[in-house]
Amino acid sequence: MPASTTARPTLFERYTSLVASALGLEPGTGTAGGSARGAFTLPPLPYATSALAPVIDTRTMELHHGKHHRAYVDKLDAALKNHRSLAAKPLHTLLESLDTLPAAIRKAVRDNGGGHANHSMLWEIMGPPGEGSQAPTGALAEAIAKSFGSLDKMKAAVEAEGAGQFGSGWVFVLVAPDGGLSIETRPNQDSPLMDGKRPLLGNDLWEHAYYLTYENRRADYLKAWWAVVNWDAVARRYDAARAGTLTV
Amino acid sequence: MSFTLPDLPYAYDALAPYMSRETLEYHHDKHHNAYVTTGNNLLKGSEWEGKSIEEVVKGAYGKNQGLFNNAGQHFNHTHFWKWMKPNGGGDKLPGELEKAIVADLGSLAKAKEDFVQAGTTQFGSGWAWLAVKDGKITVMKTPNGENPLVHGATPILGVDVWEHSYYIDYRNRRPDYLKAFVDHLVNWEYVAELYAAASK
Ligand SMILES: [Fe+2]
Ligand SMILES: [Fe+2]
Repeated sequence: MPASTTARPTLFERYTSLVASALGLEPGTGTAGGSARGAFTLPPLPYATSALAPVIDTRTMELHHGKHHRAYVDKLDAALKNHRSLAAKPLHTLLESLDTLPAAIRKAVRDNGGGHANHSMLWEIMGPPGEGSQAPTGALAEAIAKSFGSLDKMKAAVEAEGAGQFGSGWVFVLVAPDGGLSIETRPNQDSPLMDGKRPLLGNDLWEHAYYLTYENRRADYLKAWWAVVNWDAVARRYDAARAGTLTV
Repeated sequence: MSFTLPDLPYAYDALAPYMSRETLEYHHDKHHNAYVTTGNNLLKGSEWEGKSIEEVVKGAYGKNQGLFNNAGQHFNHTHFWKWMKPNGGGDKLPGELEKAIVADLGSLAKAKEDFVQAGTTQFGSGWAWLAVKDGKITVMKTPNGENPLVHGATPILGVDVWEHSYYIDYRNRRPDYLKAFVDHLVNWEYVAELYAAASK
């Protein structure tokens, strides 16, 4: 799997990790820092950055959570700095009403608010390979069978849609108010929340999500990714969606 | 006429340390090659078979998204390799080009700054450009495989800001990659050549 040559640290990374260890800091992880002072915060990962290896390598998790997601949170906060009433709103409310926002901050909220919502969902639905339920059960399993025929068919459709999204974006399984499931893609950091829809689960198609381990082979990443899906967390999202309490 | 993958005009390690051998191997041999292969499959039997790459890009835009994506990326990458050279970048530009940049964009420093800014703010995958439109040099940015050709402009310099261009060497630090591109990689002679052709 991971070619060690591609995951090797750059000079800059070797330098910053030296500095960080001298200071007793973990580079690129943790939740303290600038974003904690704003209205929105970077949620801590619910597992160690190494927990998803070898499906997702540690360095990718450090960068993805500690740099990419953090940047979306920081830029969302910066965009809303002078809009206190907007900053107090829940994220899904902001994303549902993008066209009512001041034009000057609309794109920043769309890109960075979408990025915050999408990544928060992603961390929630993943977990260490081999832990928890290895497949959906109960109402979720029934919904998958009803909407797609089988779990394997759902996986194949997600992989095909994900491979076909040209450029950066996401592939989602959406859950409708009646519990029905469907697959849709979005470009960049657009979120189904922007259309009032709810993602049950979704995978990141930006190259930063997989390049260090899978390079150009996005299809391989999409196939391997199922091993780190936490079906118990997905089932909780399904139940919350049915109860009308799923926010992001 | 079908698409063919051009050879790199320099060795794979010629742009190091600003762009590594590994990045060029994946970028040229895998990414560009995939655009050529997929593009040729989609071109076969289409109304654009036998047309020039520029005609395919302009014709397929808005009409055949799959072909447009791959043809656009083939066009963009074919030039991208030539827009770089070892010991490139810097401030020594062919005279006519420099005069035009100063006249149209204020100064060379401002042109570089705006170009880097365009690349930094292109959200998601895409490209930043210097292009000639209505006789003037202008800074542009486009998503994914799009380019200035479909906006009535002729590209004279472009930089790939898909993460595959810089993730191995710069990780998430796109602005550092863009700065290295303008300071150490740009082949201004090729830019001048395209400018001369575009302003004829
Ligand atoms: Fe991401
Ligand atoms: Fe590229």
